Amino acid sequence: MSEPESSSSFSRFLSGPALLTLPALAILILVMAVPLGTVISRSFTEGETVLENYIWFFNTPVNITVLIRTFRIAAVVTLVCVIVAYPYAYAMSVVGPRLRLILIMCVLVPFWVSGVVRTLAWVILLQDSGVINKTLLALGFDKVKLIRTQLGVTIGMTQILLPFMIMPLYAVMRGIDLRLIQAAKSLGAHPVKTFFQVYLPLSLPGVFAGATIVFILALGFYITPLLLGGQQSSMLSTLVQQQVLSLLNWGRGGAMGVVLLVATFGFLALAAPFMRQKYKMSGGAR
Amino acid sequence: MKHFNPGKLLLGLSVALIALWLLAPTIVVVPMSFAEKKSLAFPPSGFSLKWYENFFTNPQWFNSFITSLKVALMVAVVATVIGTMAAIGIERMKSRAGGLIRMLLITPMVVPGVVLAVGVYAVYLTTGLVGTWTGYVLAHTLLAIPFVVIAVGANLAVFDQRLETAAASLGANRLTTFFTVTLPLILPGILSGALFAFVTSFDEVIVSLFITSPQLKTLPVQIFSSMTRDADPTVAAVGSLIFLTTTLIIGLGLIFGTRKGRKT
Repeated sequence: MSEPESSSSFSRFLSGPALLTLPALAILILVMAVPLGTVISRSFTEGETVLENYIWFFNTPVNITVLIRTFRIAAVVTLVCVIVAYPYAYAMSVVGPRLRLILIMCVLVPFWVSGVVRTLAWVILLQDSGVINKTLLALGFDKVKLIRTQLGVTIGMTQILLPFMIMPLYAVMRGIDLRLIQAAKSLGAHPVKTFFQVYLPLSLPGVFAGATIVFILALGFYITPLLLGGQQSSMLSTLVQQQVLSLLNWGRGGAMGVVLLVATFGFLALAAPFMRQKYKMSGGAR
Repeated sequence: MKHFNPGKLLLGLSVALIALWLLAPTIVVVPMSFAEKKSLAFPPSGFSLKWYENFFTNPQWFNSFITSLKVALMVAVVATVIGTMAAIGIERMKSRAGGLIRMLLITPMVVPGVVLAVGVYAVYLTTGLVGTWTGYVLAHTLLAIPFVVIAVGANLAVFDQRLETAAASLGANRLTTFFTVTLPLILPGILSGALFAFVTSFDEVIVSLFITSPQLKTLPVQIFSSMTRDADPTVAAVGSLIFLTTTLIIGLGLIFGTRKGRKT
């Protein structure tokens, strides 16, 4: 909550519509600001020196490996989401209303089972004797180790995060005036050139918006890597939980949590200018 | 679409594959729930309803379900009231402060789950809220408020404020104006916000895992601990039941929604 400078602006704040936001802000302070503040302060206070937990974090090779892995998995998941969601969202934006409803349903149906159950489904599909491996064997291929690998984690996470990529992309693509494509074609542009020079730039705001949210959510994933991955694919969230619940080391766990927080909000801050551009561009396209 | 005709087949094919990828994990859970043996081998052999029976008769499962239901209902009420108030406040502020408050209220969506969970756990340990109704409702309300603020906010953005002015000029006081003019018009947003709030709470697992207790645990926590313990198809039965329920609710919503659409 921003501190009002003078008492008069404070009383205006309290008498105005801002009053209506106070209960929500109170919950925000009690259940988010105070808890996160506790995590941050413990990361500094529960050590011999103020920075001890951070020095430990960055000097322990395992932590760095996991940190890099967390970023890599999040980046790969985001990239796959963009590649997969793009044609899907495009199809959604050009088909007739009935087919569109079916395609939207396919995006929403996964949300109709609980998140943890969805991960169970991936355990069933990815296990060594699971559906995917049985299909591969039947087709004459070799078995692929999927469960307890990073590949398995990536496949599961991508499916779970795909709707967050498809929906913003679809929202932007729906607003693109397809007559622009016709215009480019009638002026003699090759379809490939039309796509890269006209359609892709107009759809980029959707790509940025979707990619940002997918990447941020992927950075903090916990359940899926835990259940689909093994020791070799744990992400930063798992380490935080281990430090706090198993090793009862709040200082080190806190430092890891702060690293994850900084990474998340740092990335958001970097992406913010592109997000702002989104509104300008989509406003212009409509 | 006609203009990319050569790619049309390729597009159709890839869209079908992506749709399958999206649906596969949902579909796979349903046959799993009728498995005869206690294993997660797929396709399951035999047919039995014992996992459904287990869900309804085993207190571990059924109590956690009732707990989740109660918590989610409370969260739906609390988060919807608080979130709607906040959305109205933000809309009326029409200043940069409003935008800032809106941004703040949406941050719980992007805070990494485990970091928030660790912090909430620390605070709950000192305040004695671990494994309590209040603890669950407070934490889930925080996570549900963004959805209500977004849903109601979207509705308010297209709401014509001159209607309120008109009501006021005709002599209605602010309370009457709110309940007879504003509320009916933003009701769709409030209802979808409430639905999102309910689902957010009913599905929440990370924070709940930290603040749970053996005496009071929610359904996702029970599902999670069952999955890490052994291969129990009861999880699949629960998933199928949730799937069936949501399908029914959304199906009914679609039927009534389109009917309403046709009338107007």
